[in-house]
Amino acid sequence: MQNTCGHCCTKIDNLNVKFGGNIILDKVNLHVNCGEVIGVVGPNGAGKTTLLRTILGEIPYQGRIAFQIEGSVSKKPKIGYVPQKLQFDLGSPISVTDLVASAISHQPIWAGVSKDLSERVKNVLSLFSAEHLLKRRIGELSGGELQRVLLAIAMTPEPELLLLDEPASGVDVKGLSLFYRIVDDLRKKYDIAVILVTHDLAGVSSYVDRLILLNRSVIAEGEPKEVLSDEKLIKAFGASLWNISLLPNLKSSEGNKNGRN
Amino acid sequence: MAVINLWYRLVGILPFGWTHYAFMKNALLAVLLVSPLFALLGTMVVNNRMAFFTDVLGHSALTGIAIGVLLGFHDLTLSMIAVAVILAVAINLLKDSTKASMDTVLGVTFAFIVALGIVILSRQGGFVRYTKYLIGDILAVTPKEIAWFFLIAVVVLVYWYIAGNAMVLTSVNPSLARSRRVNTFLIETSFTVLLAIVVVVSIRLVGILIINSLLVLPAAASRNLARTFRAYTVWAVIISILSGITGLIVSYYWGTASGATIVLFASGCYGISALLGRRFIK
Repeated sequence: MQNTCGHCCTKIDNLNVKFGGNIILDKVNLHVNCGEVIGVVGPNGAGKTTLLRTILGEIPYQGRIAFQIEGSVSKKPKIGYVPQKLQFDLGSPISVTDLVASAISHQPIWAGVSKDLSERVKNVLSLFSAEHLLKRRIGELSGGELQRVLLAIAMTPEPELLLLDEPASGVDVKGLSLFYRIVDDLRKKYDIAVILVTHDLAGVSSYVDRLILLNRSVIAEGEPKEVLSDEKLIKAFGASLWNISLLPNLKSSEGNKNGRN
Repeated sequence: MAVINLWYRLVGILPFGWTHYAFMKNALLAVLLVSPLFALLGTMVVNNRMAFFTDVLGHSALTGIAIGVLLGFHDLTLSMIAVAVILAVAINLLKDSTKASMDTVLGVTFAFIVALGIVILSRQGGFVRYTKYLIGDILAVTPKEIAWFFLIAVVVLVYWYIAGNAMVLTSVNPSLARSRRVNTFLIETSFTVLLAIVVVVSIRLVGILIINSLLVLPAAASRNLARTFRAYTVWAVIISILSGITGLIVSYYWGTASGATIVLFASGCYGISALLGRRFIK
């Protein structure tokens, strides 16, 4: 599995990340083919967020992150990123139009958004069932709505690799399944590679092609079914979460327990 | 000089007693230049939760003055800017290298920098000479200083035009900004340095004690009213200019310190905006 690469893929080879003396990521290898969705799961502190931030180029690393199309020289992939939660206060005077415009254009939004630009913003959002949110302040959006807006930004322009950071947190079950469906459409339509970091084992397993169990290094990798029945997973997550992931209808109560619903 | 004479003549047309004095005309021009500048910078200060940070920058002027005096500088502006810029960068480094929260880091730095300045300036009981920096005196502003403010205003506007969106994105979510190829380190550092320079240069006008409120108040008031970033910017500028002009003129009739009077009016605007915002906008 590790060495296969389709007609195009993103390759992460022998990735090592250290903070001070601590090894956070140890010889991580990850190949994502275009059109493939990979779920990365693991306990808290396993290095999931670090992995994403390293791919984004925020953290110094040893190893290689490259994008390759068959027969061509490899380069850094174009990345779209959907952050977990916006960590700023809800009173912020930034509208959805402002946020999208500031991300996709250099026209300074403090001077106002031109007609042309707001038309572009509308087009971008309409692909993600979010055009009705244009005038809302971002603090007024539900978790799922915000996520679709962020996904619209991440897909403009179309990336080669899409990173999704904990899409299940702060989003209700309905919003989450809509989100997963949109992501599924995207990868089919645009043939992009997707890495999805999540706690939501049960929800994600029917949408991903491969599941990676990360705990500093890759502990297990394979089809969701295989990985989910792996003993290492039980060890990593503890028995309680394991039981829940076997019973998807308990998913929402688990969400509440962890304070994310 | 031609420009300033034209200004004098224009203001002279107004039918008020204070328009006879050159110092009032200078002060008015300075207010018209500085207040929108502070409003602009303030919008990002408030969004980035840097209010305490800029307060520390303002107070670092004490140490800047002290070091300039020690070294026998004729113009203290240079040493003030140097101390503020070094401090701003040092705080950012300290924040990244310790586990302490930002307000602790700022609290510690604040205490240190103010104490250092006072210790140096109070040698042989000389501190009284420097109290003018605490309150500031906008009426003492010279045409040459106004020219400098004009230059700074142009620089800030150009910076805002180029880096505006990158700053917004960085304040929303640095990782998101990075994924859009924004160099967040460059953005944060350049904004901090610009802020340090503007704050310190304006100390002479409004004083160390209240300079921070001129940055924070208009933007904070505007946040109560605005739903878009453009409205946020526009309201902040309007509130800042209005309270600047009103405060200056009222201080002339009351015989009070102009800077503090301006701040009082800005506080009033904040109060009104909070009431209005609750009632109509939220």
